[in-house]
Amino acid sequence: MTESVFFGRIWILQDIKGRLIADIDTDQIYHNAFLHITDISQMGQYALGNLEDWKDFPQKVRPGDILVAGRNFGAGSSRQQAVDCFVSLKVGLILAPSFGAIYFRNAVNSGFPVLRCPQLDELVAKKILETGDEVRVNGQSGEGLNTSKEFPFQVEPMSPVQYDIHKAGSLFHYGKKAVG
Amino acid sequence: MWPEPSHQNSELRKEMGQTVIEKIIQNHSEEEVKPDSIVWMGLDIRSARDFGGPNVVKNYEREFGDTPLADKRKTFFTFDLCVPACSLKYADNQQVCREFAKKMGVKVFDVDRGIGSHVLIEEGLAQAGLTVVGTDSHLNILGAVGCFGQGMGDVDITFAFRTGKTWFEVPETLKVVIKGGYDFPVSAKDLTLHILKELGTHKAALKAVEFYGEAVQNLSLSGRITLCSMVTEMAGIIGFVPDFGDSLRNEVERLSGSKFSPLRADEDSVYSEVLEIDISGISPQVAAPYSPDNVQDVSELKGVKIDTGFIGSCTNGRTEDLALAAQILKGRKIKEGVTLKVVPATKRVYEEILEKGILEDLFRSGAIISSPGCSGCADGHIGLTGRGEVQVSTGNRNFAGKQGKGETYLASPAVVAASCLAGQIVSPEDI
Repeated sequence: MTESVFFGRIWILQDIKGRLIADIDTDQIYHNAFLHITDISQMGQYALGNLEDWKDFPQKVRPGDILVAGRNFGAGSSRQQAVDCFVSLKVGLILAPSFGAIYFRNAVNSGFPVLRCPQLDELVAKKILETGDEVRVNGQSGEGLNTSKEFPFQVEPMSPVQYDIHKAGSLFHYGKKAVG
Repeated sequence: MWPEPSHQNSELRKEMGQTVIEKIIQNHSEEEVKPDSIVWMGLDIRSARDFGGPNVVKNYEREFGDTPLADKRKTFFTFDLCVPACSLKYADNQQVCREFAKKMGVKVFDVDRGIGSHVLIEEGLAQAGLTVVGTDSHLNILGAVGCFGQGMGDVDITFAFRTGKTWFEVPETLKVVIKGGYDFPVSAKDLTLHILKELGTHKAALKAVEFYGEAVQNLSLSGRITLCSMVTEMAGIIGFVPDFGDSLRNEVERLSGSKFSPLRADEDSVYSEVLEIDISGISPQVAAPYSPDNVQDVSELKGVKIDTGFIGSCTNGRTEDLALAAQILKGRKIKEGVTLKVVPATKRVYEEILEKGILEDLFRSGAIISSPGCSGCADGHIGLTGRGEVQVSTGNRNFAGKQGKGETYLASPAVVAASCLAGQIVSPEDI
């Protein structure tokens, strides 16, 4: 069973004015030049490789770190690699106000935690969340806490399907019993 | 594992009207279908491409070994991205899919066939009312024929290959009523870009969209494909155009060889919102870098020097699109220093432009005509831009780095053709 409480240091994908970057598409997350790769362990090095100022993310990130992104994160293509590159880097969680529909599904199916946090733009604008802060998020209850600043916030809890797949580890583990 | 169907509101369900997407999902699910509910949904067709496909094969063999597919007759590979393979890595990946397909008894639409979503329509596989999934984020193009197409990642598709099912969160439906009409040189692409400008990536996000109004009702299949393809860029799930005339029915039935009878929304169906967009008097529209919804009138961008034109993609790669370009290019020459790349969507389109003389008109104007496929949106196939290169394209995405390192402007086939003659962005009326 996989835990649904996440604790880690956050990285905020923000522009020079400090605002969360909206509509980061899958080519910025994982460029189509590397779509021939099928080995997940090889994907991490290309994470955010086409997003200006974030090309060194794979070198900076540590296992368990939490990525904080803007609205419609993962817009664009259906490539699983845009999720798997973060799995490869052992990123613990991605928070965003909303995700591209296919991206969200892909993450859920991979058992990779993604949680919607509608207030995220405001939390970042008011510097309640800043890069380097440590946060704890409970995916089942939706309770979040910036432990560095002792400031609580809310996220949308996982849906039952998301929770069940996450708990099982992936869609495959979840589905195996019924379909063999 | 499948959740027990919930019948507690089934009577209520019958009393409440359903939108097109709700009806299609309801016909494929044992559970109660209403917005935001998550249901298990049966899939009529599942497919994978040369991107994503090899990952599906790898997942499948790791998770399910030699266990047969849920139904090999409903499972397909459609190679359309790097076709024919331009490098060893893609050649290897395609061969991985071919060998798996052979082992499992699955049909492959190989590197000669063109864009998978279009091939599925032409083959009569993607029919109105059916559910179709594949590793193509523009598979919602199938909304053009009343079919629920959905792009998914390789984990989803692997699971679909094995089980014929997927889970799906029933989207709310947005109703968009288009007021007014348009005439040449304004086309379906300009209508689409204008709608995208109005909706942005916000208003249709995670929703199904039903488009109404005379202008969309009169669209040909090609025009409906253009509109429905860019629902992806509106961040929507799928778009439908429920009203249509006999000419569209004839066109779809002739092309697909199957009967065309799409579902309609109930009179009393519930929409999240009803929006009106007035298109009266719009001029040709162009999306400037680096976002498809960064849409302006062509006059505002007039004079932007271009190096390259591109006509094709799942959005604008059909015969009618190429004919529109040829109409402008016929008897003229592309400006020296500019290259125009034309990529028919499918082999069938290629055959049609050959038979109708469109190919010759394009060729004599100086265009490069490539074999069918996705082209510039994929790495390697005809059409990436280099740093500093300015491209005007009939494609659907101009995100930074998407089609190489250059700058991409999105426009209609007519605007691209005219701009290639002028060497700069212009309206077809300026030629």
